[in-house]
Amino acid sequence: MALSKQEWLALEKKAFELRKLCLQTTFWAGSGHVGGGMSVMDLLTVMYHKYLNIKVEDPKWEDRDRFILSKGHAAIAYAPVLCDKGFNDVEMLKTFNLSGSKMGMHLDSNKVVGVDASTGSLGHGASIAAGTALAARILGKDYLTFVATGDGELGEGSNWEGFMTMNHYELSNCIVFIDRNHCMIDGPTEEVMKLEPLADKMVAFGFNTIVVDGNNINELCDAVDAAIARSKEKCAPTCIIMDTQKGAGIKSIAGDYHCHYMALDDDTFAKYNKELEEDYAARVARAEKEGK
Amino acid sequence: MAGGFVYNAIDQTEVATAEIYGKAIADIMAKDPKVVAITADLAKSTKLGDVLKVCPERVINVGIAEQDMFGVAAGMARAGIIPFLSGFSAFTSMRACDQLHTDICYQNVNAKIIATHSGTSFGQAGSTHHAIVDLAIVRAMPNMTLIVPADGFETANAVNAAYENVGPYYIRINRGFDRVLYDSMDYGFEVGKAVEIHEGTDITVIACGSCVFQAREAAKFLENSDGLKVRVLNMHTIKPIDRDAIIKAVLETRRIITVEDHSTIGGLGSAVAEVVVESGKACAFRKLGHPDKFAPIGLQEDIMSEVGIDANGIIAAVREVMKADFEEDENWDDEF
Ligand SMILES: Cc1ncc(C[n+]2csc(CCOP(=O)(O)OP(=O)(O)O)c2C)c(N)n1
Repeated sequence: MALSKQEWLALEKKAFELRKLCLQTTFWAGSGHVGGGMSVMDLLTVMYHKYLNIKVEDPKWEDRDRFILSKGHAAIAYAPVLCDKGFNDVEMLKTFNLSGSKMGMHLDSNKVVGVDASTGSLGHGASIAAGTALAARILGKDYLTFVATGDGELGEGSNWEGFMTMNHYELSNCIVFIDRNHCMIDGPTEEVMKLEPLADKMVAFGFNTIVVDGNNINELCDAVDAAIARSKEKCAPTCIIMDTQKGAGIKSIAGDYHCHYMALDDDTFAKYNKELEEDYAARVARAEKEGK
Repeated sequence: MAGGFVYNAIDQTEVATAEIYGKAIADIMAKDPKVVAITADLAKSTKLGDVLKVCPERVINVGIAEQDMFGVAAGMARAGIIPFLSGFSAFTSMRACDQLHTDICYQNVNAKIIATHSGTSFGQAGSTHHAIVDLAIVRAMPNMTLIVPADGFETANAVNAAYENVGPYYIRINRGFDRVLYDSMDYGFEVGKAVEIHEGTDITVIACGSCVFQAREAAKFLENSDGLKVRVLNMHTIKPIDRDAIIKAVLETRRIITVEDHSTIGGLGSAVAEVVVESGKACAFRKLGHPDKFAPIGLQEDIMSEVGIDANGIIAAVREVMKADFEEDENWDDEF
C-alpha cells in the first residue's frame, strides 16, 4: 500500500527532526558516527513511526516487534530516535558519551530502554535476529523481527551464518536491511573489500531480495510493505538492500567515507544544520510533487 | 636496545602510542620486504598511515573480518612472511579467539598482534569496545609472548623486540596519548624483565600499561606524605612473567599490590599471584583492577579513578595493605 502524500510528508518531517536531534547529540557529545547515523535515519524513522508494533509504556511487551541495530555505532542516530519516541528522557542525550552516562557510543540494552540487543561489535545482529524470529515460531507468536546491518559490516562471516539460518528455517518473519552506503572506515567498500554483486549474493543465500533507494521514504515503505506482506507465510526471508549515502541529508559530507566519525565545532554544526534544512525543503518538494 | 627504530622525546609528547606503532612498523617494513601489515578496516584507527606511504603494496586490508585477518596472517607466516596484525584489542582477543589460539599459537607461527584501544582507553565506546578480559584470554595461550607497554618509548621497544624474536607476540597498547614514563628508549628494556621505576623496601606495587605512571605518582606522593618507600615495578611483559622480580619483592618487601586496567580475574594480578603462591612465602597481597563487572562508560581517566586504579586508588590501597598484620618470619631459609 503506497504512502499517502500526507503520511509521506509527516514521515519526512519526523526524519528531519530526528536528523537535527542526531546532529545536536553529536554536538553535545563533541563527536560521533555522523555518517552511518544519517544514512540509516530514514529507516529508523519509518520503523519507529510507522511499522514497529511496540508500546512505549510497556517496552518489554512480549509480543512486540523487535528491531536490532546490528551496526551499533549508529547509536548516535538510534539514541535520539528512542528518546524522541519516549522510551528515555530526551535530556539523556546531553550525556551521550560522557563519563557515567547510560548512553555510550554503542547502546547497552540493559541501560537504555527500547534497545533489543546490545551491539557495537559488528556482525552479531543477523544471528540474534534469526534466533528472535525462530523463537516467535516456537512460541507461536506473530511478532516481526527486523535487523539492520552496515555494508562494510558484511565482511564479518558471522552475518552469512545468520543468513543461512534465516534461509534454512524460512524465517520470512525476519526482515534484513542492509545499509548500502558504499563506505566503511578506511574507504569505499569496493576499494577496501569488494561486496558486489551484493544482490546476487543475497539471492544465492535464498533471500527474497529488494533493492531500493534507502533515503527515499516512499520507496523504502513500499519495500517494507512487500516484505511484511509475505511474512505470515513460512517462506524465504526478505532482504532489503537500501542504497543510501553516508552522511545523507548533509550535502557537504554526503557520500564521503571520511564522515564515518567526526568532531563538530560551532561553525560546522551551524553549517550542517543549514544543509539539513535545505535537504528537508528538497524532500518536501519531492513528496509534494510525487505523492498521491 | 632493540633494532633499527629510534624515537626521541619530542615525538613522544606529540604522538599517540598507536602512531608510534605506525612509525615503528613503517621503519621496519621499509627495511625488510618480508614484513607485512594486516588490518581489518582499521588502517586509519591503528595508524598505518605512514606504512601506506612507504609500502602500500604490503598493507593488506581484509575488510571488517577479524577471523579472516588471523587466518590470512597464519597462512602468510607459514610461507615465510612476518605479519603484523593491528586491530582493537576487544576484537583481536575475542572476535578471532579460535584463530588466535589455533592458527597462530597452536601452529606457533611468527605473527605479531598489535592490539590497540586496550583496557578502557576507548571508554566512551562502552563494553563492546572495552578490553578488560584480553590479558586473561591471551595469557592462557601457549607459545604467546604478551607485552603491555607503559608508554610510547616502551611501545617502540616492544615492536622492535617482536620483530627481532621469533614466535607469536601480542602487544597491548592504548587508544590515545599515554602519559610519558621514560625519557628515551634507553632504559634497559628486555622482554620478560620487569623494570624498577621507583625504589622501595616497604611495599611493592607491580603495574602494567597505563597504571605504571599512576603507580609511580602514588609512590612519589607516599614517600613525601607518609615516609613510605614504595617499590614500583613496571611489569611490561605479562608472559613470560618475571618470576625473579616477584620473588625478590616478596622477600624484600613482603607486601605486594598489583594494578592494571583489566579485570582482576586472569590478568597481571593473577599472573603475579600464581608466582607468589607457588613461592610458599607469606606475603600481604592485593589486586587492583576492574571488579568482576562490565566497566562503566566514560573517559579512561574517569573510569580508572572510579575503579580505583589511578594514583589515588593506589595510595589508598597501599595505606590499607601497610596496616595489614601477618606473621613475621624473618628466617625463611628452612622453607626453600
Ligand atoms: C567486530 C568489529 N570490528 C571492527 C569494528 C570497528 N568498526 C566500527 S564501525 C566500522 C565500519 C563499519 O562500516 P559499515 O558497516 O559500512 O557501517 P556504516 O558505513 O554504515 O557506518 C568498524 C570497522 C567493530 N565495531 N566491530
